[in-house]
Amino acid sequence: MREAATPWERLRQMLLTIGPGAFWLVLFVLIPTLIMLVASLMSRGSLGQLVPPFGLHNYLRFFSDPLFVEIIGRSLWIGFWSTVFIMLLGYPLAFYVAQSRYKEALLLLVVIPFFTNFLIRVYAWIVVFQKEGLINGLITAFGLPPAELLPSTFAVYVATVYTYLPFFVLPLYAAVERIDWSQLEAAYDLGARPIRAFWEAIFPQTVPGLFAGFLLVFIPAVGTFVIADLLGGGKVTLVGNLIQLQFGSAQNWAFGSAASMVLMAMVLLGLWLYARTQGEKGLDKLV
Amino acid sequence: MRRWLSFHAWLVFAFLYLPILVIVALSFNQSRFGVRFTGFTFDWYIRLFSNERILEYLTNTLIVAVVSTLVSTVLGTLLALGLVRYRFRWQNALRYLLYVPVVVPDVVMGISLLLLFDVVRDAIGWPRLSLFTIILAHISFQIAYVTLVVRARLMLLDPTLEEAAKDLGATPWLTFREVTLPLIMPGVVSGALLAFSLSLDDFVVTFFTAGPGSTTLPLYIYSSVKLGVSPEIHALSTLMVGITILVLLLGTLFWRKRS
Repeated sequence: MREAATPWERLRQMLLTIGPGAFWLVLFVLIPTLIMLVASLMSRGSLGQLVPPFGLHNYLRFFSDPLFVEIIGRSLWIGFWSTVFIMLLGYPLAFYVAQSRYKEALLLLVVIPFFTNFLIRVYAWIVVFQKEGLINGLITAFGLPPAELLPSTFAVYVATVYTYLPFFVLPLYAAVERIDWSQLEAAYDLGARPIRAFWEAIFPQTVPGLFAGFLLVFIPAVGTFVIADLLGGGKVTLVGNLIQLQFGSAQNWAFGSAASMVLMAMVLLGLWLYARTQGEKGLDKLV
Repeated sequence: MRRWLSFHAWLVFAFLYLPILVIVALSFNQSRFGVRFTGFTFDWYIRLFSNERILEYLTNTLIVAVVSTLVSTVLGTLLALGLVRYRFRWQNALRYLLYVPVVVPDVVMGISLLLLFDVVRDAIGWPRLSLFTIILAHISFQIAYVTLVVRARLMLLDPTLEEAAKDLGATPWLTFREVTLPLIMPGVVSGALLAFSLSLDDFVVTFFTAGPGSTTLPLYIYSSVKLGVSPEIHALSTLMVGITILVLLLGTLFWRKRS
């Protein structure tokens, strides 16, 4: 029998496996976040660069201006309702796919849009909604005047729902696959009607999947800037657009960093609430 | 009830596929504007392929995806091994750090890396925003996904197999190569595939970490879309969707054959 590894040998192996990855995460995830925090406390120089003095002025500006508070509110509002629509569309779909005889093929039909390039999925809606697009082609064919569908909040909603729907269906599908259907029979045997039987026996089993799906959709929907940028065209400003603008043409990195910190704080708050209700295991479900 | 469920499902599938089908149809449409079909043509594909720039953007996209996937798969697999095997002081902190790239909106990830590159460049004059910085940025989010996928596989592993190898006198390296790695290979492959497709798909992080001369396909699509709808983009999109479907079909057949 070989001797047990010496503590020195053990340490060497630990550094070899964890070392490079941990180093990478510290250098490219932790430190950039700390730099962002410091930048959010700095000021804008005459060329847009980051300069002292340090202070909370960016945050004060952010929360004292109704315009910015409104942007946060709008991002949460659009993100929330898009997620609700996604759940209404995706929840029954996950059941249909999981119970179908052609499960594999249908799952593939959900996965294909999931892996289709994000920009193409957003672009597709420009083609549908534009002035000479599909919808207006149909409207004018009936002799009606063309509608102004771009840019609009409606288009942003449709594209957000479209883009993130597969993100919701996949984790929920995994939850539906694991359902213990004997509980439904038990509910029937005890005299429950179909709706009540579903509500009491099946629905609770899908709740963890629902939570995971909600977060997977809600967080990117609140943080996106591309959808509002391409389909809301200046009409719909979300917090992501605000951040992009500060790092782009507005050249105010300090204020942009503060807006990013606010967005990040909201996400972490949401995750903290999620971890409290679902436990730590729940976090693993997000991948 | 069942009929209602199936009606709903096919309505959602129609919603998912209608826009894609419109793009595919328009890529073969003679008319440059609008959805009225005026005749069948391959012109937009010919124009696309005669655009030398496209080839450059495609090469850039693939370089970034291949290099970042290789690095993140190695780092992520090692990290997963270490996290499952050892207990140490900062373990929980490291695990939470691992979730950050998964959950934080990509715009935040993009600007924080932009800030990092800017601060370092101010200090030592390097690195310029280029393919190199895009690769660094992509590895930073891919590594988290690879680690979590491989770790899930490692937790299913029967620890007695590794112990048996050790008892038979195998060195740690030999045990890893001959026992552990083959057993977790499906996890490593799925992690790598996920990392690869995340890199190909990424627009936002690339947008903030790209410099002059490092345009990728998503960046190109974005800038042309900003200028207006164009049939060449329809053709490019159709090709990309076609490749996506092909890869997924082949992947499904491959996994089915193995299992």
